[in-house]
Amino acid sequence: MGTVTAHGLSKSFGKVQALDGVTLDVPDGSFFVVLGPSGAGKTTTLRAIAGLEKLDAGSVHLDGRDATGDTPAARDLAMVFQSYALYPRRTAYENIASPLRARRCSPGEIAAAVERVSSLLHIDRLLQRRPAQLSGGEMQRVALARALVRSPRAFLMDEPLTNLDLKLRVEMRTELTRIHRSLGATFVYVTNDQVEALSMADQVAILKEGRVQQVGTPTEVYERPANQWVASFVGSPPISLLACRAEGDRLVGAEGWSLPRPRWTTAEDGRSLLLGVRAEDLSVEQRGAASLPGELYGLEPLGDRTVVDVRVGTEILKVKARPTVTGTPGERLVVSVDLDRAHLFDAGTGLSLAAAGR
Amino acid sequence: MAVSARRGRSALEIVLLTVLAVVMLFPVLWMIETSLKENRDVYAVPAKFLDFKITLDHYRDVFVSSGGGRSTLSTSFLNSVIVAGVSTVLATVLGVPAAWAYSRFALKAKKDQLFFILSTRFMPPVVVVIPIFLMYRQVGLIDSALGLILIYTAFNVPFTIWMMKGFVDEVPAEYEDAAMLDGYTRLQAFRKFTLPLLVPGIAATAVFALIFSWNEFVFAIFLTSSDDVRTAPPAIAGLIGGTTVDWGLVAASSVVFALPVLVFAYLVRKHLVAGVTLGAVRR
Ligand SMILES: Nc1ncnc2c1ncn2[C@@H]1O[C@H](COP(=O)(O)OP(=O)(O)O)[C@@H](O)[C@H]1O
Ligand SMILES: [Mg+2]
Repeated sequence: MGTVTAHGLSKSFGKVQALDGVTLDVPDGSFFVVLGPSGAGKTTTLRAIAGLEKLDAGSVHLDGRDATGDTPAARDLAMVFQSYALYPRRTAYENIASPLRARRCSPGEIAAAVERVSSLLHIDRLLQRRPAQLSGGEMQRVALARALVRSPRAFLMDEPLTNLDLKLRVEMRTELTRIHRSLGATFVYVTNDQVEALSMADQVAILKEGRVQQVGTPTEVYERPANQWVASFVGSPPISLLACRAEGDRLVGAEGWSLPRPRWTTAEDGRSLLLGVRAEDLSVEQRGAASLPGELYGLEPLGDRTVVDVRVGTEILKVKARPTVTGTPGERLVVSVDLDRAHLFDAGTGLSLAAAGR
Repeated sequence: MAVSARRGRSALEIVLLTVLAVVMLFPVLWMIETSLKENRDVYAVPAKFLDFKITLDHYRDVFVSSGGGRSTLSTSFLNSVIVAGVSTVLATVLGVPAAWAYSRFALKAKKDQLFFILSTRFMPPVVVVIPIFLMYRQVGLIDSALGLILIYTAFNVPFTIWMMKGFVDEVPAEYEDAAMLDGYTRLQAFRKFTLPLLVPGIAATAVFALIFSWNEFVFAIFLTSSDDVRTAPPAIAGLIGGTTVDWGLVAASSVVFALPVLVFAYLVRKHLVAGVTLGAVRR
């Protein structure tokens, strides 16, 4: 068992409201990702769950039991810190053995457990080194090993891959997913990298300024963002947003264009809206019924694809295109829009008009 | 200093440093010479710099009384060792955990509390010695080693808290957080993981506290009177003031008094430098 339920977590540091009513429901055995930009309150959320932060309000339930007042030791959780927090005077072996020593395991058990986890993470050869003698990637593995050496209720991981170089990060992503599957344990995993979140998560909670914006599967938060902010934060290149308003059966852009109004919108006429379209739902190569006139602004070749920046009035659209696409800036072109996959947000509140409907 | 040594010194620098060294070191040198001279050489005019007979009689007199047996000065030195040692240990034992608490926990009006603690050091001893004297007389702590130990501890605890808070601030709190998740209690986390990292800082702080207690004169002379209780500073001062002054003995006991501080500071010099720069330079 390993369910983690945080309800209404609030915490302020002086004038900064780090958490403002954060509620998370982490099912047993899931890979639950908390995604948000730096300063969103991700670390504070994890520390609150771990019992390291005294809350202003809210409760933490572990396996259905109220653990709000429990000490960190009593909660039976393991955490990988963003800074790794490896004990500097101790060898990798002693670092990894620490949770078992604290829980008074026998030397034999400890040796066996350290050996098991260090071969799992390929750090057998590093066990006699101190943290200062380890590279960033090695320290990160030792920190992971210190968590994985036990079978706690849940693993809390605070941006464990952020400090690694790109190649290692991609490798470790796969490896962590594999470890999660083989252990079947609950992971609460914090990151500011939306690619990491989408590729690893069973469920994602998106955090901004101490508030949960949306919780859902990676597909849900990508396909049905609850608000304009989530839509912009998730996805690369970022979603294009165009100011417009509904008029009869048309959407009329602030820049003068006009598109057929999608069937699913419920907005009343004249309301200020934002049309959101992802790069892959825009095209410069086909002509459909729904299209926008613009001019070529720039090309970003990315190898497997090229992102075409198209200027429509004063707004820039990011359009995904074949890597072979060419053009000169200023050239006129027409962008077709897949309106069935587009999003509409209220320009004032930022909330999606279709979050519930589709 | 290291920088100027590397790029070499100008003539002016050398002259100034030499003058400074002579001015600073001459009294020390003279004290050592006097402690080694026979009495008639001490008073010789013109003074003898090098051509005198060396004797260790004065050093013998520091420890052995004229009738044989222990001298009162040696009792004073022993008292100094006990008073300075115990008060330093007490100040460290009380001050280090307090510094940890001030560093790690959110406390109400923390800055005000810390300022108040420091402010107890603003008073020069001469200002507070009279009220302390009256209070001590009421509770019977006058002329007792315990009385001196308590007052020195009281003076060193604020200093220890301030010094050590700087050192604790330098040790990431996350080591303790990690230890608590490993399954240790908060205190165990401090004792097993943070405390070992504080040893250089504790050594540096304790040396300063020790030197303060060892050198302290005002409280010692006001609050103690009997030879059994007196510490070395008032006892040495007491040697001067009779009809005749045995300058050889004064010099020898001063050398003996200064030596432990020098030796101790020398032994922990690495920690002193590490300690001072740790607190001041990093971050
Ligand atoms: N110990 C602290 N003291 C003061 N402010 C803090 C502290 N911890 C976090 N904060 C503030 O709370 C907010 C959330 O921080 P954090 O949870 O670390 O964000 P994240 O991990 O998402 O980057 C930030 O504005 C941060 O500056
Ligand atoms: Mg963080």
